[in-house]
Amino acid sequence: MANPERDEVTGTETTGHEWDGIRELNTPLPRWWVWTFIATIVWGLGYVIAYPAIPLIHTNTKGLLGTSGRTELVAEMKAAKAQKAKFLGKMSKLSVEEIAKDPELREFATHAGAAAFKVNCVQCHGSGAQGGYGYPNLNDDDWIWGGKLEDIYTTIKDGVRYEPDANEDTRTSDMPAFGGDLEPAQIDALAEYVLKLSGQKHDEAKAAEGDKLFHGDAGCNGCHGEKGEGVQEAGGPRLADRIWLYKGDKASIVSQITKPKLGVMPAWGYKHRLDDNTIKALTIYVHSLGGGAS
Amino acid sequence: MGVTVRLAQMAVLAVLALVAIFMWSQAVDTAYAIHAGIFFIAAVLGLIYMAKNTFSGQAAADQTEYMDDVVRAGIIATVFWGVIGFTVGVYIASELAFPVLNWDFPLTNFGRLRPVHTSAVIFAFGGNGLIATSFYVVQRTNKTRLAFGNLAWFVFWGYQLFIVLAATGYVMGVTQGREYAEPEWYVDLWLTIVWVAYFLVFFGTLVKRKVSHIYVANWFYLSFIVTIAMLHLGNNMAVPVSFFGIKSYSLFSGAPDAITQWWYGHNAVGFFLTAGFLGMMYYFVPKRANRPVYSYRLSIVHFWALIFTYIWAGPHHLHYTALPDWVQTLGMVMSVILWMPSWGGMINGLMTLSGAWDKLRTDPILRMMVISVAFYGMSTFEGPMMAIRSVNALSHYTDWTVGHVHSGALGWVGMITMGSVYYIVPKLWNRERLYSETLVSWHFWLATLGIVLYASSMWVSGIMQGLMWREYDAQGFLVYSFAETVEAMHPYYVIRALGGGFYLVGGLLMAFNVWQTIKGNVRSGEAIAAEARA
Repeated sequence: MANPERDEVTGTETTGHEWDGIRELNTPLPRWWVWTFIATIVWGLGYVIAYPAIPLIHTNTKGLLGTSGRTELVAEMKAAKAQKAKFLGKMSKLSVEEIAKDPELREFATHAGAAAFKVNCVQCHGSGAQGGYGYPNLNDDDWIWGGKLEDIYTTIKDGVRYEPDANEDTRTSDMPAFGGDLEPAQIDALAEYVLKLSGQKHDEAKAAEGDKLFHGDAGCNGCHGEKGEGVQEAGGPRLADRIWLYKGDKASIVSQITKPKLGVMPAWGYKHRLDDNTIKALTIYVHSLGGGAS
Repeated sequence: MGVTVRLAQMAVLAVLALVAIFMWSQAVDTAYAIHAGIFFIAAVLGLIYMAKNTFSGQAAADQTEYMDDVVRAGIIATVFWGVIGFTVGVYIASELAFPVLNWDFPLTNFGRLRPVHTSAVIFAFGGNGLIATSFYVVQRTNKTRLAFGNLAWFVFWGYQLFIVLAATGYVMGVTQGREYAEPEWYVDLWLTIVWVAYFLVFFGTLVKRKVSHIYVANWFYLSFIVTIAMLHLGNNMAVPVSFFGIKSYSLFSGAPDAITQWWYGHNAVGFFLTAGFLGMMYYFVPKRANRPVYSYRLSIVHFWALIFTYIWAGPHHLHYTALPDWVQTLGMVMSVILWMPSWGGMINGLMTLSGAWDKLRTDPILRMMVISVAFYGMSTFEGPMMAIRSVNALSHYTDWTVGHVHSGALGWVGMITMGSVYYIVPKLWNRERLYSETLVSWHFWLATLGIVLYASSMWVSGIMQGLMWREYDAQGFLVYSFAETVEAMHPYYVIRALGGGFYLVGGLLMAFNVWQTIKGNVRSGEAIAAEARA
């Protein structure tokens, strides 16, 4: 163009076109833009040469580095396994008591157990093992099925059921429903006695009547103990405290006597749902939270 | 327009109404029957409206004038759907922060409302904005009226019907589970018809243009229209179980299905949310700044580089999956190369202001457009970075992705659209000025602050989430449970909802301002202030 149109403000040539009042400057491409663009392309070519990239008829180029997502994963998994191999090997030969006595192994098992707990147990027991309605708190010293290492190990391995199960070693929580056998007044009396056992406000006369039933016709002492201290072999929870699985108010206690809710927990060792080392690690971890007591 | 043409169009609507009745009578599920009912109502309303116009002897439109009624309708729809989309967004953000807000009720569940939000902001707000502005721009830059008579009106109403069918379907649980393409097969077919009509109107207008060269904004709009058509057809290849039921199955399975979805998903970002809105930018920024476009050459080079490169970038959504390594490499390399082609648009947008930077101090509308371009630049740097495999290993599946999308969506797409709305409304309704520029200023600051709160809280939350997921202790065991990461994110979810709330309030101010401007009001005191400034 002999006499190109120029923008007054910048002094740059325009293309001479105009659309609805919009003009275009003929500014050259910014150099830094061009060079950065070229640099990304060169980098891209390098990456394509180094990594799996170009599709061929039956396969693709594997890249000079010879690596792939799959080999990276295999290497990572192998390294992770190797890191743990020494301890896991030892653990598989020892009982939970023996593991607990070896400080190094105990440390390892506690971490392994914490990780496994976060995957498998938090759904019911909570991420802080604090439990919830129907799910025991694992931080306190109130243990339904026992808080010793061996007890915890068995509970995790074989779980808790209330109906006959394919796994014959499972713990069975079998509190009867007294709604059919006892009169409402008797259940009411029993509930008053349970209130008394746990140190709550209660009707003394009714509680005395409940006391008789507790140790007599109803036979609650068989599973809950003479003083309501609980019987861990039978999975009968302690009543003489303020720790409740299904709430401790009168109505809840009456409901639990009439038609009880029964505990369930998966048998993690049954058919190797979790391997034995993981169950041992979980045992050590859970024991570290609130175990050890009676 | 001849009465014969009108009668033919009415006959088509009558046939559609009959088809809808047939679909309803044969429906094998409730949702399908409800949709057939909506379809029937839409056809009958169209029929009544056309009959009224045809027989009332209304004068035919002046063919020498621009067809702006449909643009006006589109701008109102843009503002309306924007407010709806932002509101649902704030609501579901609150659901994430306070899950009780799900109310244990299917209709209000996050899973059903989330596609309502994404579709409302992308397709209803963004889509209407693109259709309306493209109709405005293509007429003015080609000095000709829209092609094919009332077909533009069919595009507008057909598209609204698509939105209604999509959204009502989502809350009823009708979805094919493909992100950003949730509507089922029959809604997809309807959109296909509408989109072909849109292409015909736009392309037809270009063909009958009265200028020799086609302005750059139109290249971008056209690339958006054509590519979205291709993506829509490719991603929705599904076989219905029954022609009278909602359910369909994808033609692909496994990794091929996943990559089809993300080929679509990322190019929806590339060609809907980037190319389309670059078209908007290339018209409205130079118009508002009253300056020439910075570089014609850059516009050509970055246009072709952008559309060539973008189409390959989708696989970066499937890093470290069953997708073959070579496809992942392709996606990552193309995403990084995409950096400069994207920034070409930013340079052209920002540098167009050279010689007019002082206007930023006094013009809140231009300020809105400029910050939108700034957010565009930021997002298109962040995107390639997140596409790098090792960065993606941390960012993938976390809130960082959500933050990234929103800095693009709220910052770039939202701000350029709202800036353009403020520019276009006084022009379309023939008003001297907006009702209030002070309110635009408020909108600008509310929206900007909202985006900053949103993006920064999601960066922190996302990076924290990614780090917590992968944290090992000295013995090689994972440290955190999933629930612990969720708990840790709670405060950021609250901040995010707050940021969204700011953005929504800005949107409400815009709706009020636009409504008042249309009514012809000027906020008391502002006209004098403007005069004093001048």
